[in-house]
Amino acid sequence: MTLIPPQAPLRRSRLQRLTLSRRQQTLWVIGLCSLFLLGIILSTWIIGDTGLNPILAQRNQSPSLDHPFGTDWLGRDMLSRSLHGMSLSLRVGLLAATISAFIGSSLGLAAGTLGGWVDAVITWIVDVFFSLPHLVLLILIAFAVGGGTTGVVVAVALTHWTSLARVIRAEVLQVNSSDYVQLSHRLGRSPLWIARHHMIPHIIPQLLVGLILLFPHAILHEAALSFIGIGLSPHIPAIGIILAESMRHLSTGYWWLGVMPGVLLLLAVKAFDWLGENLRDLLDPKTSQG
Amino acid sequence: MRLNPIVRFAGSKLLRLGLLLLAVALFTFVLLSLSPIDPIQAYVGADMMLISPEQQELIAQRWGLDQPFLARLWDWLGQLLQGNLGISMVFNQPVIEVLANRFQASLQMLAIAWLISGILGLLLGIASGALEGSWIDRAIRLYAYTLASSPTFWVALLLLIVFSVSLKVTPICCAAPPGVLTEDVTIWQHLHHLLLPALTLSIIGIANITLHTRQKLIEVLHSDYVLFAQAQGERLWGIVRHHGFRNILLPALTLQFASLSELFGGSVLVEQVFAYPGLGEATVQAALRSDVPLLVGIVFFSALFVYIGNTIADLSYPIIDPRIRLGGNLEP
Repeated sequence: MTLIPPQAPLRRSRLQRLTLSRRQQTLWVIGLCSLFLLGIILSTWIIGDTGLNPILAQRNQSPSLDHPFGTDWLGRDMLSRSLHGMSLSLRVGLLAATISAFIGSSLGLAAGTLGGWVDAVITWIVDVFFSLPHLVLLILIAFAVGGGTTGVVVAVALTHWTSLARVIRAEVLQVNSSDYVQLSHRLGRSPLWIARHHMIPHIIPQLLVGLILLFPHAILHEAALSFIGIGLSPHIPAIGIILAESMRHLSTGYWWLGVMPGVLLLLAVKAFDWLGENLRDLLDPKTSQG
Repeated sequence: MRLNPIVRFAGSKLLRLGLLLLAVALFTFVLLSLSPIDPIQAYVGADMMLISPEQQELIAQRWGLDQPFLARLWDWLGQLLQGNLGISMVFNQPVIEVLANRFQASLQMLAIAWLISGILGLLLGIASGALEGSWIDRAIRLYAYTLASSPTFWVALLLLIVFSVSLKVTPICCAAPPGVLTEDVTIWQHLHHLLLPALTLSIIGIANITLHTRQKLIEVLHSDYVLFAQAQGERLWGIVRHHGFRNILLPALTLQFASLSELFGGSVLVEQVFAYPGLGEATVQAALRSDVPLLVGIVFFSALFVYIGNTIADLSYPIIDPRIRLGGNLEP
């Protein structure tokens, strides 16, 4: 009987050295997505006005190497226009989503910690918000505020906090009923101490991921409101307005006017989705070691 | 006295609906009275310059705008209870009539989209869950995740570009060919115009139900009773049919009825792109042209629509799931 010498498992194969571990993959995705989104937001300052001035000789060109997104009916470069619009939409979306996350987390914390009638009222408000189609609610609020940029920001901020409030409330209730918090109470710790040492470490990651996963919704809804004409004014070319303008030129066959800005919007939304999911994987102790 | 459980169930549902509508009414009223929009200016529009301050005063008096907040609210609620939603300024018709006409046009589109997205979503979810990890599963998931984050109006635009502009198989706008009277539109012309908007809505609606069905089916397939069925020699499709289907049908149905809210929102955008004269398009018109009565009417109507969807979902549980039926109690 011969002993089979152990061989392959000890030496790292070339393939293994090339592939990243799950954690490295997660970090790479987070880095690339952040870079991409930051690039879009900062692009307004980097490229400046190039491509935005009408050059009538270059009207209605289909996508080429010079103009990857083609040019519009005034000869403006669609790539720069889309980047400008996307940058604006991202900033509006980020502002609205951040306000929304703030409302959501405060109300969620209040409902979870104070309980009683506060909890009942907040839960009821959340239920009422869920009983209307989101877009109808957005239109109603944007209209009531008077439209424009303020209208969009207020409408998006006031309608996106509900699910985050639910998540935070559930999290607080769960932590509150756990053994170690009960024990802390018995040991005479003040509620503030418990909030600082037991609650905050649980809530912060939830809040962070919740905030980032709010962005795509906020941006999509901002674009939708601008698209139907209730959002940003037509003089500020947000991505929704660029798409709405392209509607008028569709029947003439200039497909890139509608397709390309939409692709950019889709990519930005996807980047936020990936960012949020990978960040959750990283922050959640159950998956972060995988 | 013990009431019949069904009567009690219906009673509690109606009570909740009443409370919900009251909440929506209060919310809308407070929101619109805080808003900077001047109702007189919204009504008169561009002719505002031609109206003297005295006349404005008269309009305000006639409408009761000089009354205190609570009196106005009370008046308005009283009118609402009598079913008076006011008169739409854009369409110059009672709001109830506009809602009825427009919803009739939207209903067929919504129904087709709802059915297609439900059935197709369920089938794709089953295929994806049963073949977990295969390329079919990957393709379906990629499709669902991509659509879940695409803007609705952009998908509508893409379909419009492909089918109406390039292939020229579907009409580019509206609910009927131009120059044809409403009475003369044949059922085929009607369906032809309905097809692409409905298809857009169903494509968008598929993502959610597919991903949930897939998740649920995978859960079922990893259960002990499926392991036992496998040990007895049952084939994959037999397991899906006998053990999976009933288990995934209930969450899928709940989700599909709950998606009425999304569907309604989607129809606003899709009708805007296809210029389809339905309720969604009326919503945009009402908001863009400051038609407050119509907008409020649509808000009420959409709340009712979503509520009915959720109630039907509640009612369907005992029919599908014998475990809920055995309890003998219809209330959760």
